[in-house]
Amino acid sequence: MATTALDQQHAHAAAHGEKTGLWSWITTVDHKRIGILYGATAFFFFLLGGVEALIIRTQLARADNNFIDPDTYNQLFTMHGTTMIFLAIMPLSSAFFNYLIPLMIGARDVAFPRLNAFSYWVFLLGGLLLNASFLFGAAPDTGWYGYANLTSRQFSPGPNVDFWNMGLQVLGVASLAAAVNFFVTIINLRAPGMTLMRMPVFAWMTLITQVLLLLAFPVIAVALILLMFDRFWGTHFFVPAGGGDPLLWQHFFWIFGHPEVYILILPAFGIVSEVLPVFSRKPLFGYAAMVFSGIFIAFLGFGVWSHHMFATGMGPIPDTFFSLATMLIAIPTGVKIFNWLGTMWFGSLQFKTPMYFAVGFIAMFIIGGLSGVMHAPPPADLQQNDTYFIVAHFHYVMFGGSIFALVAGAYYWWPKMFGRMLDEGLGKVHFWLMLIGFNLTFFPMHFVGLNGMPRRTYTYPKELNLEALNQVETVGSFILGLSFLVFLINIYKTTRKPKNAPADPWNGATLEWAIPSPPQEWNFDQVPTVHGRDPLWELKRQRGGPLPEPPHTSGAGIHLPNPSYWPLVSAFGVVSIFVAIMMSPKWGPWGIVAAVALLFFGIYNWLFEKGYSEFRTPSHGGH
Amino acid sequence: MHLRTAAARRYAVVLPLLGVLALALAGCSRDQYPQTALLPLSDFARIGDDVQDTTFYWALGVFILVEGALLYSVFRFRGKPEDPEPSQIHGNTTIEIIWTLIPALILAAIAVPTVKGIFETNRTPAGAMKIEVIGHQWWWEFRYPDAGVTTANEMFIPQGKTVELVQNSADVIHSFWPPRFAGKRDVFPGRETRLWWKADSTGLFPGQCAEYCGIQHARMAFHVRSVTPGEFDQWIAHMQSKGPKAPAAAPAGDSLKTASAGAKVQGPGQDSAAGAPQEAEYAKGEKLFMTKGCMGCHSLQAVQAPKGLIGPNLANVGARSHIAAGWLKNTDENLERWIREPQAVKKGVLMPNLGVTVEESRALRAYLRAHQ
Repeated sequence: MATTALDQQHAHAAAHGEKTGLWSWITTVDHKRIGILYGATAFFFFLLGGVEALIIRTQLARADNNFIDPDTYNQLFTMHGTTMIFLAIMPLSSAFFNYLIPLMIGARDVAFPRLNAFSYWVFLLGGLLLNASFLFGAAPDTGWYGYANLTSRQFSPGPNVDFWNMGLQVLGVASLAAAVNFFVTIINLRAPGMTLMRMPVFAWMTLITQVLLLLAFPVIAVALILLMFDRFWGTHFFVPAGGGDPLLWQHFFWIFGHPEVYILILPAFGIVSEVLPVFSRKPLFGYAAMVFSGIFIAFLGFGVWSHHMFATGMGPIPDTFFSLATMLIAIPTGVKIFNWLGTMWFGSLQFKTPMYFAVGFIAMFIIGGLSGVMHAPPPADLQQNDTYFIVAHFHYVMFGGSIFALVAGAYYWWPKMFGRMLDEGLGKVHFWLMLIGFNLTFFPMHFVGLNGMPRRTYTYPKELNLEALNQVETVGSFILGLSFLVFLINIYKTTRKPKNAPADPWNGATLEWAIPSPPQEWNFDQVPTVHGRDPLWELKRQRGGPLPEPPHTSGAGIHLPNPSYWPLVSAFGVVSIFVAIMMSPKWGPWGIVAAVALLFFGIYNWLFEKGYSEFRTPSHGGH
Repeated sequence: MHLRTAAARRYAVVLPLLGVLALALAGCSRDQYPQTALLPLSDFARIGDDVQDTTFYWALGVFILVEGALLYSVFRFRGKPEDPEPSQIHGNTTIEIIWTLIPALILAAIAVPTVKGIFETNRTPAGAMKIEVIGHQWWWEFRYPDAGVTTANEMFIPQGKTVELVQNSADVIHSFWPPRFAGKRDVFPGRETRLWWKADSTGLFPGQCAEYCGIQHARMAFHVRSVTPGEFDQWIAHMQSKGPKAPAAAPAGDSLKTASAGAKVQGPGQDSAAGAPQEAEYAKGEKLFMTKGCMGCHSLQAVQAPKGLIGPNLANVGARSHIAAGWLKNTDENLERWIREPQAVKKGVLMPNLGVTVEESRALRAYLRAHQ
């Protein structure tokens, strides 16, 4: 398809009407559509990871069970972790970044709209590459953390590890591109008057998350590239027989891996910090402390990686350093929890569904935080490490924390995104099932772990007497699964209702509630000027009541970036490079050359795309 | 506080949940779990357990206070949409400083015993007896360098004496975890790690690999058999008789006396009344052991046992409580099945199915059973 000036104009004229059709989604550079794409894709992967978890739980429901093979089990626990981290929680957060950051800071789009589309397509293709491994019966099977030297060709000769390695490298490209984009967007595109210390806390946590991504992902990229060299081109970075050191992998991995934990939880902190004030009808307690504790957590997050490695026997000095640094993180985390409580205290709490999930988040995250402190002391962690106690801990943080908050965000912003209110009754059923199922699944794991069940074991002998508690966990996991079925029913019911959500259904405090639900493509008719931290509340207070429903406008004269398919072509280029490397033992180097050529072709056309180099495409005769 | 019916209904939902949690707590009475980390039986394990208890009780206190405050605010500050706007409080510096300092103080209270524990666990007491631990996919090799003795999957230790493990791996990373005696210590290829403890009591205690190491990680278990120092010396002396030039183990008789510790739990296969047919079985088994290729991976000598073999040392396999790396009970039936179809019993294990017939497996079992 040639991109003539005529096409450009045609596409743009349509933009100011309602763009529909598959092609409009494939070529979209609108942050709101990309946000919805991220959300839908990530939710699909979340359900996939959930089904993997249910199969795992079924296998563990009985001692010495052989519902599934050991190798299938090992693939499932690896894919469950990898999927939930890289394909579910991270991109679900990205969905909120995409949809909300420009709205919250009063911008028309992100700084680099096509780069944004590129991030999404690379993420999607990376996720598909990773899961394509199932089609070959060769899903990754060495854990989401892929410890060397089990990942070497000698001990993992199949393509399983390669799917994991290549998939993660592809996903890293997507994350880094998005991180640059959102960092620049938040720094440069804030509305007049929105100083950094007036930004919504969600924008702050997003900004900090991008910094973490920018600093942590290069580390895992380097480690994965070294592993790729070991596996394809005969180097020995992690192979002891060749003078390499498998322990080196662990340091690389956790220097990335621990900040990754905060990449997964800081957006959740941000969401809860938006939901709680609105449903407490009271501003966030201790805004500055919330911002700086987030920064402090992120900073400390780079200095605690070896607490994942106490069992390696590093010696007393490193053990002491990493143990104390880990304990230190509890302080800013505690500050956050107390400030959320302070926000609710003396408030007028409105118990709508988002508030249920936000309060559930606090309650569950406290448990995860406290068990985290319990494995900060190495002498105790030597017992807890690599047992189900750890599995319990991080699910209280990742599910009880991140997922509860993300679901709170989904219920909260759903009317803004789709113009329809999710059903409150079903929402509360969802909440109670999720809370009960979650605790039944993960609370007993504390005891199962300390009473002798290691992680990543496809079965356990009956003599260990751990069967009863494992059965409780399995029942819980199915209740948890059921809760998401209720959510799906809620979504289905809601999409059949008329679009009648008001612009500001919850008495919101932030800018996105000033514009129609769903917003028009250009977000704001006029870029707003901000005078304080809760701009919408201030406006409503000045008026002495709610704002009138904002009118739908034609958007005439507003500049918008053109749709483009070059991000998708370039994304294909990126993914084909890694596929070609994987296939290089068969195809030789020419596959790689062709894939690099495809990437360059995509980027070249991207750079010189018409309508972008001039950035001049007014729809009705310009301005 | 407005306790309306809606709130009461919510209690009705919360209460069963608490009931379930109480049930889960009741399920944690520790002594029913043989592999529990909560009933330490050594000095080393107690250091960690004490630190864990300290941390746990602080955490429990914080949990009750903070969750209590959360629940209180949920019920106390519930409002209706038509209620007047609450006063707009943006923060309170004094309170914020206080709730930053209190956690810091609690953490200091945890940090002191932690650092003490770190240094204690990293210092091996003098005069410890060395045991080399070598991790293999998916079994454990134990060598006693002072006595020159090797065994597998069942570690003998003397009660009341400090043992120091010097660990290495033959292939990938494993982690040695005997929960009753110590926390886990990873086992690396090309890197030595150490662990020590002094056992309080005697008995047979399970442990297992705690670092994912491939398809059969779940079934890379082992047992620690803690015996009195006298029994330990006896066992060492018995093992020292299993040298390269020593006569092959007799089919019955002497093994019963010498492997006293092992024989306590070991019932089957020691039926000395069997007599001649058993001897024939034994001779047949010995021959099969040589011809079926078993020798390629397994050694039957405890003394000067070759290093780097793929399969576990079998010098005293007949007396071990378990086979197949600590998870199958060492009964005649299990041993025969394990010899016949290892891939069905433990999929992916490095021992191939060698086409052993039922009769052959019986003979091999008789031969191996005699290696007490």
